[in-house]
Amino acid sequence: MATPPKPTSTIYMDHAATTPCDPRVVEAMLPYFSEKFGNPGSRNHSFGWDAEAGVDKAREQVARLINADEKEIIFTSGATEANNLAIKGAASMYERAPAGSGLVDGSRRGHIITTLIEHKAVLDPCKRLQKEGFDVTFIEPTKDGVYTAEMIEKHIRPDTILVSVMWANNEIGTINDIRAIGALCRSKDIIFHVDGTQWVGKMPTDVEKDNVDLLSFSGHKIYGPKGVGALYVRRKRPRVRLTPLFDGGGQERGFRSGTLNVTGIVGLGKACEICMQEMDKDGARLAGLRKRLEDAVAAKLDHCAVNGHKDKRLPHIANISFGFVEGEGLMMAVKDIACSSGSACTSASLEPSYVLKGLGVGDELAHSSLRLSLGRWTTQEQVDHAAEKIIFAVKRLREMSPLYDMFNEGIDLSKVEWAHH
Amino acid sequence: MAYGPKIIDHYENPRNVGAFGTSAEAKTRKDIGVGLVGAPECGDVMQLQIKVGKDGVIEDAKFKTFGCGSAIASSSLATEWLKGKTLDQAEAIKNTQIVEELSLPPVKIHCSVLAEDAIHAALEDYRKKNGIAEPAKTQAAH
Repeated sequence: MATPPKPTSTIYMDHAATTPCDPRVVEAMLPYFSEKFGNPGSRNHSFGWDAEAGVDKAREQVARLINADEKEIIFTSGATEANNLAIKGAASMYERAPAGSGLVDGSRRGHIITTLIEHKAVLDPCKRLQKEGFDVTFIEPTKDGVYTAEMIEKHIRPDTILVSVMWANNEIGTINDIRAIGALCRSKDIIFHVDGTQWVGKMPTDVEKDNVDLLSFSGHKIYGPKGVGALYVRRKRPRVRLTPLFDGGGQERGFRSGTLNVTGIVGLGKACEICMQEMDKDGARLAGLRKRLEDAVAAKLDHCAVNGHKDKRLPHIANISFGFVEGEGLMMAVKDIACSSGSACTSASLEPSYVLKGLGVGDELAHSSLRLSLGRWTTQEQVDHAAEKIIFAVKRLREMSPLYDMFNEGIDLSKVEWAHH
Repeated sequence: MAYGPKIIDHYENPRNVGAFGTSAEAKTRKDIGVGLVGAPECGDVMQLQIKVGKDGVIEDAKFKTFGCGSAIASSSLATEWLKGKTLDQAEAIKNTQIVEELSLPPVKIHCSVLAEDAIHAALEDYRKKNGIAEPAKTQAAH
């Protein structure tokens, strides 16, 4: 394994937000800044050819990670763009008159199914399409945050054109049965898009066996650079067509105009290659560390709940609600641990996590949640230190919490008449 | 969020954390005024208690807060300011003074509003228990 990035006094446990670039990735990228700086679109000189060779290699590395053909990989600026291209591109390509809608000619639209706990980069494109006349169904998850093919099937209509479901959730790490949902969509001739941002590179991915038509993912979640991602677009059985978001030079087979981000793409390719080699080992190690963390906390603190599915969870994400303690206050107390919270106070909107709310765990537990996501260079010492810090901080904050007092005095907090503001 | 030094100081060394006995005791004691504001599902609950001497001056104040760093700092500061004040002086504490003292960022102004609400609630509770008429309302609605 390569040398880890320079250590800092703060322990990084926010790998679901972003990851450090692997030094091997940086090394692969470096020649493409100033030496092999050509435009891969320049067909008539060696600078162009060198850059194109770098892109071609990366396309192969990316395709191999998900068992796709190189021609099925479209490079984008990241998963947000890939999601937008997939959802808006498919909607606009496959729109048709909804059954019984009575829409007149020239306003042909269709029905899209997605879920309540998708990332905003899926929810918001769907909401945009809703404003533009598409019907969108946002399905509620089970209490542990999972979606099954049966849940999707109930909402399929004759005019359903697209289903978009995330492979694994970014806040709680829960994993959906993509293969079964894909088989369902295939049987109904519905295009199936999967946001694989948290999944690809961490877990084995096979777009053939998993019945995926469109798959978005990103470089910076898998130890690659920021500002680069990819969309897999199926070419056979079925051949998926998309209306592009950008018009221009016709790069990426017309799906995505714009000069290619060669350095980023080379980095994404290298990151995919490393993930392919190391994901099994990494995953097993992180699952062990995550268990160690959750067990340590559970052994010393009562009224803690792990959010998300017990087993169907990514190995590196722990999302824990600490009763009677507010998330941002807790993060301040453990400020040498970089993590995130579902608390309203940590979000720009001042709303608690809609993912945790979507699970029906209640706003109160959403406010009390901490997400700790481990990564390639997380050590056992760091995990032990984090657990110790968190346990100490929760105990201290509970001593300051009026809710904890009331609970201990036997007062039912759900029966108190709170002054809402 | 990057906080100013005063918030961090109050958060790390909160003044006057605690309560005057159990909540049942505080409820019945006539020298104690209790203010409990906020709601768990909103992410902050403040409990402010004042102990008033026979001379009508606040002898002691204690708080417990479920909330973010700013909420904890705002209530900690409020207890410091309450001590030694008469009820009318306490009534005059404004959330804007808390904002200024702690340099609260704009998204945290509601924490200072909550602290002001807690002060008013504690004063009202004390007055009610002791049959003292409320002062003329000068408090702006928010």
